[in-house]
Parts: sequence; structure tokens; C-alpha cells
Amino acid sequence: MVSVLSSPNFQWVLMSTILLGLAAGMVGTMTHLRKQGLMSDAISHAALPGVMMAFLLSGEKELLVLIIGAAISGLIGAYLIQVIDHTTRIKEDAAMGIILSVFFGGGIMLLTIANRVGGGKQSGLDSFIFGQAASMVRSDAVIMGLIALLVIILIALFFKEWKVVLFDPNHANMIGIPVKVYQSLYTFLLVFVIVIGIQAVGVILMAALLIIPAVSARYWTNSLFVMFILSASIGGFSGGFGTFVSTFGRNLPTGPLIVLTSAALFLVSLVFGSKQGLLNTYKQTNLIKKKRNVQVQRGDLE
Amino acid sequence: MDVLTVRNLSTAYQSKVVLDSLSFSVEQGTLTGIVGPNGAGKSTMIKSILGLQPKISGDVEFYGNALQSQKQRIGYVPQRGAVDWDFPTNVIDVVTMGLYGQIGWLRFPREKHRKLAMAALEKVDMTEYATRQISQLSGGQQQRVFLARALVQEAELYFMDEPFAGVDAKTERTIISVLEELKDQGKTVLVVHHDLQTVPRYFDHVLMLNKQLIAYGPTKETFTTAHLSKTYGGTIQWLGGENLGQRSV
Repeated sequence: MVSVLSSPNFQWVLMSTILLGLAAGMVGTMTHLRKQGLMSDAISHAALPGVMMAFLLSGEKELLVLIIGAAISGLIGAYLIQVIDHTTRIKEDAAMGIILSVFFGGGIMLLTIANRVGGGKQSGLDSFIFGQAASMVRSDAVIMGLIALLVIILIALFFKEWKVVLFDPNHANMIGIPVKVYQSLYTFLLVFVIVIGIQAVGVILMAALLIIPAVSARYWTNSLFVMFILSASIGGFSGGFGTFVSTFGRNLPTGPLIVLTSAALFLVSLVFGSKQGLLNTYKQTNLIKKKRNVQVQRGDLE
Repeated sequence: MDVLTVRNLSTAYQSKVVLDSLSFSVEQGTLTGIVGPNGAGKSTMIKSILGLQPKISGDVEFYGNALQSQKQRIGYVPQRGAVDWDFPTNVIDVVTMGLYGQIGWLRFPREKHRKLAMAALEKVDMTEYATRQISQLSGGQQQRVFLARALVQEAELYFMDEPFAGVDAKTERTIISVLEELKDQGKTVLVVHHDLQTVPRYFDHVLMLNKQLIAYGPTKETFTTAHLSKTYGGTIQWLGGENLGQRSV
């Protein structure tokens, strides 16, 4: 096991999943504030057929090619959801349900074909469903890490603009901020993070890495800036820790471990969070009750 | 001087026409109340004028120019319900956001901007709430924060969407004094308003709307029973002076 930890390949993979978690925590903060948690889930499921198509067409498991395929089908899925929502009587939630399941079903079908005819089995294509960081090689890690870094930089540079666009897009528009540009850029950032995450975390669980850190962070702060930092830290830690644990056992899928790590942090936040965490809220309600009882006993209140 | 010129403005929601060919010009220094029944298109009109909602025809000029070049001169106060008040931010931060367009790319707000924001909060009597989380505000306080965010921009032409809706008496007084101050400074304000009884007291001009423009002009001449019944479909129940009928609400 020691040899695994000290292998340069592992260190590269670990670094890339930490960067992935940081980026996912930041993008997820925006996703959460835009109330688009389900949308991120739909896009990540919709990415699967793209991965398989890219593999079948190129005939090799080159991560860059696969994530381009994933990005294309993820974006098509997101676009179709909008089209269905705007042009039919079907509402957004139903549209997401349709796209998510149809694309995922198509992806599984293509996976079966790839496994049978294209040597997909040997290539470990299955790992795109639940994620398998161990199947990554150094070049995969470099691509993942670089894209994650780009996402982090783009969010940090335009923090001020993101804030006003997230809070009140109409007002942002009126003070001269090109809201449409930022909203499109957001969609791209979301898709970027999802597609680089699918090899390590898998399409099924990728949305969890976006949403859980953001929701947890909200329990500790009322400041958007701190929320970004906290959410990124929770995401980064979960990514790193999940990857670390998954190397202990054979075939331990990384995705579920990353998600369980962040879920544990979420539970802690939910209970102990300083901003409307359950314990804190309970204490405050009790305090008010006690004060009131004292006042009633003293006869201050009739 | 005309600060705003609207020509043949029409909008539609799917196949339903919401605004039908509105044309009017607003003079500088006027305080206009926009009235009309629910669904008359009052908010839609403001949003289409400001390019926040697509129009199917017509054009709008600000100071004789297209919107894009004039945005710095325009302040907008949306309805309170337009945002999620659980957003992680505090009062001073929201007001500072009014300056984000002026601060420019890759720069962050500094002490100077904070001072401007505090001064705007002073005008709406909210300085003591500067660091308060916005979810902890009452409806009236939220409205005053929105007002401060628009004031900090030092715009010349203001659009306010139902600022008086559901606010407490203190907030109502604050808004009125802000409106008067803006008017004294020669600024122009258009306000979507619901309470017909206060129209003559608050506004020197009135715009009466029900999908079509019924009337626009100085309140004294325009705010008449005839126009009111035309705007509200003849069923208006009005508690007012003799010339506006005797029926009570």
C-alpha cells in the first residue's frame, strides 16, 4: 500500500481530484444559489452517451477526446431541457426527468455495445458510471487539474460580477454588466467541472460533489465570499480523502467514497452549523422560551 | 427636455398581447405615478422600456439615445419579490452592488465605495442595519435597501416597481421624502403605484395604463373620473372628492 501512496501516478491523481473538488465546490455554490441542483444532475447523466460515442468513434480511451464528447452531449442535454421547458407545456422538472433518463439509458446502451465490440471492457469504460480514480493515468490527471484550475481562476477573477448576476440578474443588467455572457459562461463552467469529474466520480454521483459542499458551507456563513471558500475546501477535502481511501481496497469506487466524505461533512454542518444549524436553532428557541418563562414568573407579562 | 421617449411599444406573452402600441414622452424633473388594474402591464412596461423583457415592436430613447449608452444615468428599483432574500449577503453589500458597474472589471469595492453606500443608507434611514444579514429584514426594510442600491448610483432617471406595496408607515414616509428630494434635484422618477387615493398627493404626473395607454399628463388634468373608469373598466369604486364621485370602497 505504501508503494501506492508514494507512486508518482497516485500523487498526480490525488492532486487532480483535490483540484476537481475545489472547482466543483465553487461552481456548486453558484448552482445551489441558482437553485439548479437537479440541472447539474441532468447534465452529468446526459454526459454518458457522449463519452461512449467518443470512444466508439475514436476507438481509444483518450480522456481529452472522451470529455469533449461528454461536454457536447451534456450541453445538448441542457439545451434540450431549455427547449422543452420554453416551447411545450412540460415544466422544467419534468423536462429534466425526461432528458436525464433518456440520455443515461442511451449511454448505458452504448456502453454495452462498446464493451462487446470495441474493447471497452479492457479500457475500463465502466468506471465512468461510478468513477474510478485508480484507472486514471498521469496525463488524465494533468488535463483534469488544468481545467479545474481554469474554472477556479475564472470564478475568482469575476467574483464581483458573479455575485451581482447571481443575486439579481435584472439589476446586474441595468448597471451595465453583460448578464447573458456571464450566464453562458456559467453553463460552460458547470459542464467543464462535470465532464472532468466523471472519470474520478462518475456520472451518477457527480452532482453530489457540486451540491453537497455548497449546501454544507451555507450552514456556516452569511457571506458569499466565505461560502465560496468553505464550499471549495469541503469539495477539495472530499475529493482528496475519497481518492485516498479508494486506493486502500481493490476496486473501491472513488465516486461513492468522495460523496460519502462530503455527506459526513454535510451532516456535521446540518447539526452544528453556526447559521441555522439544528443545534443552534434549538438552543436559540429554548433561550427565548426560558426568558419568556422567567418574565411570566416575575409577572412582567400578563 | 424629454428624458424618455417611447414610440409604439408593444409586447406579447406567447400569443397574448400585453402592451398595445404605447407612445409617450416623459419630461425632465417630473414625478410620474403609473396606475392601472392588475394585469394591465405596468411592470411589463417598465421592464420592456429597460430592455429586461423582449418587445415585439417599438423603440425607446433615453435622452435621445439608445438604452445601452445611457445605462449609467438610469436607476431601477425592482419589486421586492424579484430576488431571494436568503442570499448570503448583508445590507451594505447589497447597496454597494449598485456601484459594481462603475467600479469596472477586475477591481474590487474599496473604502470610497463603502462610504458612498453608507451615505445612501443614511438617506433611507438604514445605517444601523448596515451589517445585518438581508434575510433578517422586514419587508419595508428590504424595500429601503433596494432604494438605497438605486440611489447610490446617482442616476438621473429612476424607475421604481411598486415600492409602496406592503410596506410600513415609516418606510412609506421615507420613500416619499426620497422622491421629493430626487425631484428637487431635477431628477425624473416613474413609479408603479397601486393606491389610487394617494396619487394626487405623491405625483405631479400620472400615466394610466390598461394594456393600452389610457392617458398621460399632469395629475390635475389627467387623473379624472372619466379616465379612471376607462382604465379600470367602468367598475372603479373610488373614495375621493366630489369631482371623482361619491361612491365609497
